[in-house]
Amino acid sequence: MVSATANDTTTISLQGLTKSFASPAGPVHAVRGIDIEIRAGETVALLGPNGAGKSTTIDMLLGLLPPDSGSVSVFGRSPTGAIAQGAIGAMLQTGSLIRDLSVRELLDMMASLYPGPLGVDEVIDLAGIGEIADRRTQRLSGGETQRARFAVALVSNPALLVLDEPTVAMDVESRHAFWDSMRGFAARGKTIIFATHYLEEADANADRAVLMAHGSIVADGPTTEIKAMVGLRTIRATLPDAELAALEALAGVTSVERRGQAIVLHCADSDAAIRALLAAYPDVRDIEITGAGLEQAFLQLTGVET
Amino acid sequence: MITFARYEIVRTFRNRRFFIFSVGFPVVLYFTIAGPNRNEHNFANSGLPAALYYMVGLTAFGTMNTVLSTGTRIAGERAAGWNRQLRLTPLSTRDYFRTKVVVAYLMACITIIVLYASGISLGVSLPAGEWARMTGLILVGLVPFIALGVLMGHLLTTDSIGPAMGGTTALLSLLGGVWFPVNSGALHDIAEALPSYWLVQASHVSLGGHGWTAKGWFIMAAWAVVLAFAASWAYRRDTQRV
Repeated sequence: MVSATANDTTTISLQGLTKSFASPAGPVHAVRGIDIEIRAGETVALLGPNGAGKSTTIDMLLGLLPPDSGSVSVFGRSPTGAIAQGAIGAMLQTGSLIRDLSVRELLDMMASLYPGPLGVDEVIDLAGIGEIADRRTQRLSGGETQRARFAVALVSNPALLVLDEPTVAMDVESRHAFWDSMRGFAARGKTIIFATHYLEEADANADRAVLMAHGSIVADGPTTEIKAMVGLRTIRATLPDAELAALEALAGVTSVERRGQAIVLHCADSDAAIRALLAAYPDVRDIEITGAGLEQAFLQLTGVET
Repeated sequence: MITFARYEIVRTFRNRRFFIFSVGFPVVLYFTIAGPNRNEHNFANSGLPAALYYMVGLTAFGTMNTVLSTGTRIAGERAAGWNRQLRLTPLSTRDYFRTKVVVAYLMACITIIVLYASGISLGVSLPAGEWARMTGLILVGLVPFIALGVLMGHLLTTDSIGPAMGGTTALLSLLGGVWFPVNSGALHDIAEALPSYWLVQASHVSLGGHGWTAKGWFIMAAWAVVLAFAASWAYRRDTQRV
């Protein structure tokens, strides 16, 4: 049994990973050479829009997909070796549960495959699924299925927990409960890697975020830094006669576009920008301020047009 | 491993479709076909009473359906992403297959017991040794079908496996002689090369022979080896998202 705790110096290491898939329109380069080093005990978010290569990276990390080039090491072993030791628990992006068992029975079944599992009751408690524990798996809602799948990932008491877009299909309440459970597990000194396309999830639940776009790593650092980089907002307003250069000079504005009668200001600090805009152009109308969203933030960061 | 297999069995037994198609269906067919011919003692010149002939024929049909349904369950598990989940556990390929085989045999035994009981109710009577030898041959004869089920389960999707299974069992049972003896001609030559033919031939133990000729053993072994290799190949390559 591998028991990695925060004191261990062992790491997870992805080096020079690439993966392409054949498609009718030519090869799709899903992952284009990424390096990630993770210390034991870290909670790391793989953050990126859909199609960034997060799931492909996770499949390679778990040994479900062989990389075209590069290497994966998990606690000094191959992914298959670490899995054989029962060191990895994972909740994959797609998937449901096998039918005709209660959640409790399913957890007991899965626990029996591991050398040092958690007790079934402890897992049920940890995942907060007491209410559905005795229900048959085919009678669970989408969100409940996700919570039960999370429990399946925890049952082996893994040193490394990997979650691929875990909150898909969960309602707001389940999301809260889910992240509480995950942080509870992280507090036991576990290493956790999760993929998400929500900046807020990464910000609230990870120590560190690795930003991916188009199969490459765009940025890698503490979540606070990453948030500052991609937490861009856009101000859109009707202002027919202003000069773009003058707008771009306003405090907090990083770039400006004109769309017909409207202007679009991309802002690093939208609070400062809106004050400056109103002061300089009192007749500005139809103001909208929106979060840029990851997709746009990535375009800004990478300068790649899709 | 034992706990894992136990829950696999529990799961199977909670599935009503299994009992309807693998047990209920062959029993109903047996009484429908063999019932009116229960006094026929040399059925279609096979030297066997109709009640015995169809008991083994429908046991072959039922057990074939039963063990091939392993494939239907595998396809369902793949669609649920479950086989990818299992790959993330220390469960070895060998233990995975072992569990599938144990569950398939257990289910097949239920089919066999129910069909034998139905046969006895229509007057089938054999010495204990012949019951045992016949059962042994049927159990051995199921090996290629279990491998075929696993193979199809890993190659096909939940949408395609139903028709594929239906077609396969219909053809194999027809040519294997489940519905009427395939005694001569080109059809017989083809039939002899199929595992279902020898499964049905298990009833020939009551003719005093061994049931299977050397050729029969060779053909069964060949099917078993080829399909088992194909099945483990299909399992190993099947790691992608479905």
